[in-house]
Amino acid sequence: MAAKLILSMDGEVIREYPLNKERITIGRKAHNDIAIDNLAVSGEHAAIVTILHDSFLEDLDSTNGLEVNGTPTKKHFLQNNDVIEIGKYKLKYINDQVSQASSADFEKTMVLRAPVKQAAPSAGKPAETSSFMTTQVNQSAKLAEESVEKTGKFGAHQPPSPPPVNQPAAPAAQAAAVQILTGPNAGKELELVKNLTTLGKPGLQVAVLTRRPHGFFITHVEGANRPMVNGMSLGDQPHQLNDHDVIDLAGVKMEFYFKG
Amino acid sequence: MKIEEALEIVSQTNPGMVRSHNEDSVAQEPACGLVVLADGMGGYNAGEVASGIAVSVVATEVCQILRDASPTDRDENSGEELAIVLLRDNIQKANASIFQASQSQPQYAGMGTTIVSGLFYDNRVAVGHVGDSRMYRLRGETLETVTRDHSLLQEQIDCGMISVADARMSKNKNLVTRAVGIDAEVAPEIHVHDVLVGDVYLLCSDGLNDMVEDEDIQSTLYAMRGNLPLAAEQLIQMANDNGGRDNVSVILVKVNSEFAAPQGWLAKLINWFKK
Repeated sequence: MAAKLILSMDGEVIREYPLNKERITIGRKAHNDIAIDNLAVSGEHAAIVTILHDSFLEDLDSTNGLEVNGTPTKKHFLQNNDVIEIGKYKLKYINDQVSQASSADFEKTMVLRAPVKQAAPSAGKPAETSSFMTTQVNQSAKLAEESVEKTGKFGAHQPPSPPPVNQPAAPAAQAAAVQILTGPNAGKELELVKNLTTLGKPGLQVAVLTRRPHGFFITHVEGANRPMVNGMSLGDQPHQLNDHDVIDLAGVKMEFYFKG
Repeated sequence: MKIEEALEIVSQTNPGMVRSHNEDSVAQEPACGLVVLADGMGGYNAGEVASGIAVSVVATEVCQILRDASPTDRDENSGEELAIVLLRDNIQKANASIFQASQSQPQYAGMGTTIVSGLFYDNRVAVGHVGDSRMYRLRGETLETVTRDHSLLQEQIDCGMISVADARMSKNKNLVTRAVGIDAEVAPEIHVHDVLVGDVYLLCSDGLNDMVEDEDIQSTLYAMRGNLPLAAEQLIQMANDNGGRDNVSVILVKVNSEFAAPQGWLAKLINWFKK
């Protein structure tokens, strides 16, 4: 199912346009794929290039420009529900197909390959691909639809699955920090904002605090002495931290606690 | 210093949280300074078969030849160093084996694999790769990619169509433009890089870099470079904590000392007697 654009003005839907071509133009003149007969629209105003599941919007040096979600833009990688504004007209971009990354079938690595002629052993050396230009990329993308290897089910439709796509590290349920209790830095607080926080000195004694979806963990990395948590020496396994645990690292005591 | 004493190597592979079987393969040959990682694709178990063939062909053949030759020897025909020739020839050999198997056995039809390999010799590393499995290098505090993916997305980045930041939102992930075993021929990309003491090299399948941000890979390698097995475990754990939607494999190579090739007639003579 291809992505589409919904053209509207003053909240009234005028027409839907499927993005079923590699390049679709928007402009005032009649030869455009999406022709909008209005003086605020340039003859050739903008173009949308679609490569497999991704669409890119480009302003063709129009007089009045265009906005995406309220921001003036020259070039934009369209995302589902983006709204393109040209003068008083709005074009809503709909691409609600399942992303590859959220469905096991789509996610499999697949091979994009050149036409069959390259497969023939007599064709000599495989084509040089290092200097790919835009046109060649477009070409290989076009080929994809037909020649994606049998190794992946490219056209398979799956019911949309709720989990978000490619979210970076899911934040742990709560924010947490350690406060240093002894030594010259006593009183200092270190908020654990990163997924991995290093404690100690390389070569002497190092431990890391890791943030995981189900909590915070401390792990011994290197050094002859091991850090202690509430007086107990750490083993080789990560140790989950509880609120108000006291960590002793190379003689410096610090307290771990959850915030807010 | 002998290569196996100069390098510390660990590897780990994990099916991830979603897939039932592991189509990745890894191999390490410390005696000849070689590491190989492959990420197979194809139905049923064909992906495992393809990555398994690729890794074993490259690992065994390269080490076999290096028993009686030095990676710094020059090839008579091309004048290239043997290290480069060996990687290229054997990735192509693996390609031929996989292609042949897929042509002759219906259950293997269309199977293929990515590959990334590093051959350490004479204070350098020869890197050969095909597809989107990567090599990274941590030098000092900086993490850099050594290889460039053979993928549609990378080509789009190269020609300026899409920014690196936007690429993370692309729906065209996992489309490789080169793979081992899908055609009668393949063009591996081979480069040689200088190696410094303290460098940490990471070879990984896309199950890692699709799930874990480069920034987190960097902080893990930097914090845990003193404990490589733990670093490998942590990387895989992070991929799985973030969803683990694909198989995850990592090989870590840390350079603990220099490993210049023996030079001069005396060294060569001693080497000759060692055979």
